[in-house]
Amino acid sequence: MATKVFMEALSPTMEEGRLVKWLKNEGDAVKSGEALAEVETDKAIMELVARGDGILRKRLINEGDTAPVGTLAGVIATADENIDALVAGAAPAGAPAAAAPAAPQPAAASSVPTRPEESQGEASTPPQQRAAAAPPVPPAAPAAPAPAPAAQGDVRSSPLARRLASERGLDLNSVQGSGPNGRIIKRDIEAAAAAGAAAPRAAASAAPSGPAIPREGDFHDEPLSQIRKTIAKRLGESIGPIPTFYLTAEFDLSRVMEMRKAMAELGDQFKVSVNDVLLKATAVALSQHPEVNAHWLGDKIRYHNRVHLGMAVATDDGLIVPVIWDADRKRMSEISREAKELAKRARERKLRPEEFTGSTFSVSNLGMFGIDQFTAIINPPEAGILAIGTSEEKLVVVNGEPVVRNRVRVTMSCDHRIIDGAVGAKFLQTLRRLIENPLMLVY
Amino acid sequence: MPVITYRDALGAAIREEMQRDDRVFLMGEEVAVYQGAYKVSKGFLQEFGEMRVVDTPITELGFAGVGVGAAMVGLRPVIEFMTWNFALLALDQVVNAAAKMLYMSGGQFKIPIVFRGPNGAALQLSAQHSQAWESWLAHIPGLKVIAPGTPYDAKGLLKSAIRDDNPVCVLEGEMLYNTKGEVPDEEYLIPLGKADLKRQGEHCSIITHGKMVLVAMQAADQLAKEGINIDVVDLRTIRPMDVEAIGESVKKTNRAVVLEEGWEICGVGAQVVDYIQRDCFDYLDAPVIRVHQADTPMPYAKGLERAAKPDLPKAIAAVRKVMYLD
Repeated sequence: MATKVFMEALSPTMEEGRLVKWLKNEGDAVKSGEALAEVETDKAIMELVARGDGILRKRLINEGDTAPVGTLAGVIATADENIDALVAGAAPAGAPAAAAPAAPQPAAASSVPTRPEESQGEASTPPQQRAAAAPPVPPAAPAAPAPAPAAQGDVRSSPLARRLASERGLDLNSVQGSGPNGRIIKRDIEAAAAAGAAAPRAAASAAPSGPAIPREGDFHDEPLSQIRKTIAKRLGESIGPIPTFYLTAEFDLSRVMEMRKAMAELGDQFKVSVNDVLLKATAVALSQHPEVNAHWLGDKIRYHNRVHLGMAVATDDGLIVPVIWDADRKRMSEISREAKELAKRARERKLRPEEFTGSTFSVSNLGMFGIDQFTAIINPPEAGILAIGTSEEKLVVVNGEPVVRNRVRVTMSCDHRIIDGAVGAKFLQTLRRLIENPLMLVY
Repeated sequence: MPVITYRDALGAAIREEMQRDDRVFLMGEEVAVYQGAYKVSKGFLQEFGEMRVVDTPITELGFAGVGVGAAMVGLRPVIEFMTWNFALLALDQVVNAAAKMLYMSGGQFKIPIVFRGPNGAALQLSAQHSQAWESWLAHIPGLKVIAPGTPYDAKGLLKSAIRDDNPVCVLEGEMLYNTKGEVPDEEYLIPLGKADLKRQGEHCSIITHGKMVLVAMQAADQLAKEGINIDVVDLRTIRPMDVEAIGESVKKTNRAVVLEEGWEICGVGAQVVDYIQRDCFDYLDAPVIRVHQADTPMPYAKGLERAAKPDLPKAIAAVRKVMYLD
């Protein structure tokens, strides 16, 4: 029995993927679970693995080409199995579609099942043998211009899964199926919804028609990378429908600096960055303010009991938000190590999907670029995001005297549907207490 | 509550109805002097006399016809077939006379008759004596068909069948006659056409009837140890079928196994699956799986008979398959 290789949804939000490189040649023996190709998703470069044993008989997507999730990418079969009908169902890579023959073929030719493995007939003849026994006429497309079932047709799902997906506004193409033959079933929809993964469907994109006619040479066009497309889609969804307001506060870092200095004197292994302290403080503040640690789900608000802190990381390709799970319960040293590791692997594009999904609240820090303060865009469905500016010495007034102090400015973007002004302000109050008294973080 | 056998529950139902209404009488092979081939009518001849407990010759078509005639003139016969395999000879009276009379007489003749006897396979009775007839009977408009699986249901349903003004076929089971269960002393009736949720569970439904209810309950017990909770829907009445109960269960569990004694093709399970796909399409998370007898005459050889019958391992395997566990 042949196994079809599909372009799979390798990240929860992936809708199409670019086949970067085939790792197996046609004719190579492959085992279930073995990597067949590298695929660039909207987030990372992932491996597409074989779902069955046999020989990779056919590769149907060229290296460098982009194909929607569900597209037939190849066929694994035994050496002598007839896979013509399978291959004919897909547009072969790099080859023009076979033209319909001028003369009508015998009826037998058009009755070749295009998907023999799904034939429902009596089991007296194994389907693949029946396909093989058919006359060796190239299986032509039916004369009527029936629209070929596109990738959509290959996403199998139970009726229940389809209903649940439509009720929750999930796109089935973005859900990985765990049933037989990759069928999407109820548990997959629930998992996808829990991960907050699949984006709501069809945000209308109205292109403003600008009057300016740019001149040749004023610009150069660059096709959108997968990650850029995803950023555009996600952030567009954010700034559009989310009524956001912003709260800015300036915190005193004197004690954080004292603490860091004291720790560094104990040895290199005790060194922590200002960012590490801010991450830890934010996580602890979130655990004390569950009303901020929440997701907007359209018809309800989900308040999270655990704190999974997203931290925006700039990469050469663009922004990605890896997640420190249970950040409130981790020690400063663990947060420091994990933040470094995640940022490093984000830049190498080696994050696994579970490492960049599931955050309950996010932090973005542009301090290293000398930004005094800024507003960050909420990563939906989260209730807010904290934008951290640079920490620097400033002249401030303490007890009527001008003194020099280390200060940092943070700005919290709040989804007003979840957080009201006073709620956000109280959260920042707690955060100030923690940052200005960092010993509380070890309590 | 007293615990009695299925056999005695049936006997009690007929006795109570004969005491209550003197138009009710019992007729069939060996029902009087021998007190019933399966001793359902034990003591009846002494209690009611030979006018109301009537032994017949071995002539199924003949005494079924006498029964239909008696019903036409106002009596309420209970016709016992020694097994439904023998009732095949009487089908002309059951199908062409009893089932059609009300319709063809323009409503002039009600046929308040009960045809009853053991149905399905017992043990090593071979091909001609091991058949489950419910799909044949349930196919016919004008007949009601019940298949009780427990003593409690047997008594309550048979009493309702005797009081019903339409022909009712009662499918009992040779292997059920000795099974025991709680049956209250006080009178009760179970309405025809109402299924019974024998066990509650949220993971998968088993929809079944008759003898297979016991298999479904055992399967549910075993699966519960693995944390799989089964909704066991006992149809109790095959026609009219309780479509609502089926829908309620499947909408809850999203998965169903249909278990029956008979053959696959055009079986009762096929009808159940049809109701499920019509009413529960958007609730299904997996295709419905049927468990039934192998598509062959029942073999006599013990090992082959076991292989052909639906049983506990097959029911459990079906649930695991429909749960995508295998």
